[in-house]
Amino acid sequence: MNIMTEKSLDDAVNAEMNARTNEIIKMRGDKVTVHYGEKQALFGVDLDVRQNQVTALIGPSGCGKSTFLRCLNRMNDTIDAARVGGKITLDSEDIYDPKIDVVELRARVGMVFQKPNPFPKSIYENVAYGPRIHGLAKNKAELDVIVEKSLQKAALWNEAKDRLNEPGTGLSGGQQQRLCIARAIAVSPEVILMDEPCSALDPIATAKVEELIDELRENYTIVIVTHSMQQAARVSQRTAMFHLGYLVEEGPTDKMFTNPDDKRTQDYITGRFG
Amino acid sequence: MTDISLDTLTASAARPRRDIGLKKRYAAERRFRLYGVLAIAIGLAFLAVMLTSIVSKGYTAFWQTTVTLPINFDEKIIDPSNKRATDPNVLITANYPKLAEQALIEKLGIDPNNKADVRKLKGFLSDSSRVQLRAIVAADPSVIGTTRNVDILAAANLDSAFKGQIDLDVPESRRKVSDQQVEWMNKLKAEGVMAEHFNTGLFSYGASSRPETSGVGVALIGSFYMMVIVLLLALPIGVAASIYLEEFAKKSRFTDLIEVNINNLAAVPSIVFGLLGLAVFINFLGLPRSASFVGGLVLTLMTLPTIIIATRAALAAVPPSIRSAALGLGASKMQMVFQHILPLAAPGILTGTIIGLARALGETAPLLLIGMVAFVADYPKTPFDPATALPVQIYMWANEAERAFVERMSGAIIILLIFLMAMNIVAIVLRRRFERRW
Repeated sequence: MNIMTEKSLDDAVNAEMNARTNEIIKMRGDKVTVHYGEKQALFGVDLDVRQNQVTALIGPSGCGKSTFLRCLNRMNDTIDAARVGGKITLDSEDIYDPKIDVVELRARVGMVFQKPNPFPKSIYENVAYGPRIHGLAKNKAELDVIVEKSLQKAALWNEAKDRLNEPGTGLSGGQQQRLCIARAIAVSPEVILMDEPCSALDPIATAKVEELIDELRENYTIVIVTHSMQQAARVSQRTAMFHLGYLVEEGPTDKMFTNPDDKRTQDYITGRFG
Repeated sequence: MTDISLDTLTASAARPRRDIGLKKRYAAERRFRLYGVLAIAIGLAFLAVMLTSIVSKGYTAFWQTTVTLPINFDEKIIDPSNKRATDPNVLITANYPKLAEQALIEKLGIDPNNKADVRKLKGFLSDSSRVQLRAIVAADPSVIGTTRNVDILAAANLDSAFKGQIDLDVPESRRKVSDQQVEWMNKLKAEGVMAEHFNTGLFSYGASSRPETSGVGVALIGSFYMMVIVLLLALPIGVAASIYLEEFAKKSRFTDLIEVNINNLAAVPSIVFGLLGLAVFINFLGLPRSASFVGGLVLTLMTLPTIIIATRAALAAVPPSIRSAALGLGASKMQMVFQHILPLAAPGILTGTIIGLARALGETAPLLLIGMVAFVADYPKTPFDPATALPVQIYMWANEAERAFVERMSGAIIILLIFLMAMNIVAIVLRRRFERRW
């Protein structure tokens, strides 16, 4: 009886905490512009990413949603011709500030890519790589724990626990993508960016990854780029619609899919263009 | 119902077939295949001709004729005045070939007083008996006064005659072995005294004016030193340069210029590198002439562009997704390169390096200019001692007229080809084994 009340009390506290944290803005884009050489890819995007929520970025191909996503952990830095303007903050800190170290930023803002890209190493090594380079484990035992927890969180532990030393590239496409998610989780990021994580997967694997995304929301803030309207509707709490480099509109997913303000959003989600 | 379906069937059968040029297209394809097969056949034919010519001329170089003689280490010939206890020079300057000659006279049953016959014996045994017998005596002076069986090398002409390379139908005055010598040779052969053995000397002897005692020993050591130097210098420098250019340097006019220059350097004739080596390493830096160290430096310069081009290609072939994965996890650029890109590019780098080394191993022209085309009889103890290289040894033997040298030249070519083939096979095996697919 005593335990029961404590548990329900905990739940209540958690629920309240969640309600409050929902309003915390984890990352904020302020008039973000991106140029690839002469070509401008993003035009003054203002977008907030809320903590412990899934924010979906939708829009037709070439609309700048992936470009925006790649600004959030400065992956655009690797492209020589890319220039980023405006301001992006993580916990109110400007991530393009010279004082911010890009390596540290990427440890805080992890990324999962469109095509599953496990390292051609063992499953264990794939997950252990991040914690190892960041020195998150003091010894092998700690590392083992991190690997196991990450694989569990990525819902891959049961399938992978007996074959940790087999190459990660030997897994199926869906398993590889979950391995990549486990690898991203292993460094305990605050935000996970996902760039069309299911576009190379079959419907069953997609369902598994989507389920996983929903679970991960509890501990992480997630930004996901997707071409699938249904996916955005299923997994996200907020949706942002991009078109031709502009942010068309942004709001709670329910509202975006039922009663969008902008006609372009309406047309896009009903399949009239894009 | 059936009528209708029949109708439609016949209608579709009757529909005129369009001429879409299928015949022509297939003919063109067949022609192209034929050209391809012809091209390969021509290439293979040339290769076959070259290999048969080399092997047929050269395989005999791996056998050497020796005469097994009971040598009586006669004190009267070695030390006639019995002074060896006080004067060690006696044992060095003694007339050892005389011992071999006497043993041969005895074996053939010639009258030692028949001066004409004894004179004909000259040129039957190799003069190397002097060195060989002296070594036996030096190792164990107590051998003096006893008799012992020793394998003495036959002289080069007799060796050629024994292998059947001298046409005995040519009049005696126009060939290098006399009828009498042939008769003795056949007699010794019948007795089993004169026989062919595997020619280990080919691998151990250095340069010599006598074909039977010349070999590729010095050249092998010289080539080995050079390969080690090339590997130690060209691989790290080449890989470091490639990694910097491919992964770290920002693309600019300057890097474009460097890239063009590297590609040009790969096409520069090797003799130009030889001239550079002569001017810089020998004349300016004062490094020793004919040394394998300088040869190694020159070949390093020559191999560098090859290694850089191969390494850059291997680095560029690593999929960008691996780079993104590493960077996305927060790996620094250095960690990305050394923990992910380099291991994946290693098979390609190794293959390129081995092919570069193989090219360097077969290079002759630059070595001629830095003086590695010398008559070197002693083993080079360090890379700074005078040495030759395998291809240069081939070049030097190609300049000799004697049949036995031609044979050795072909033998050396076979040795060089075997090394090159082994290196290329290693390159292929490495590539097969470590190649990864994505």
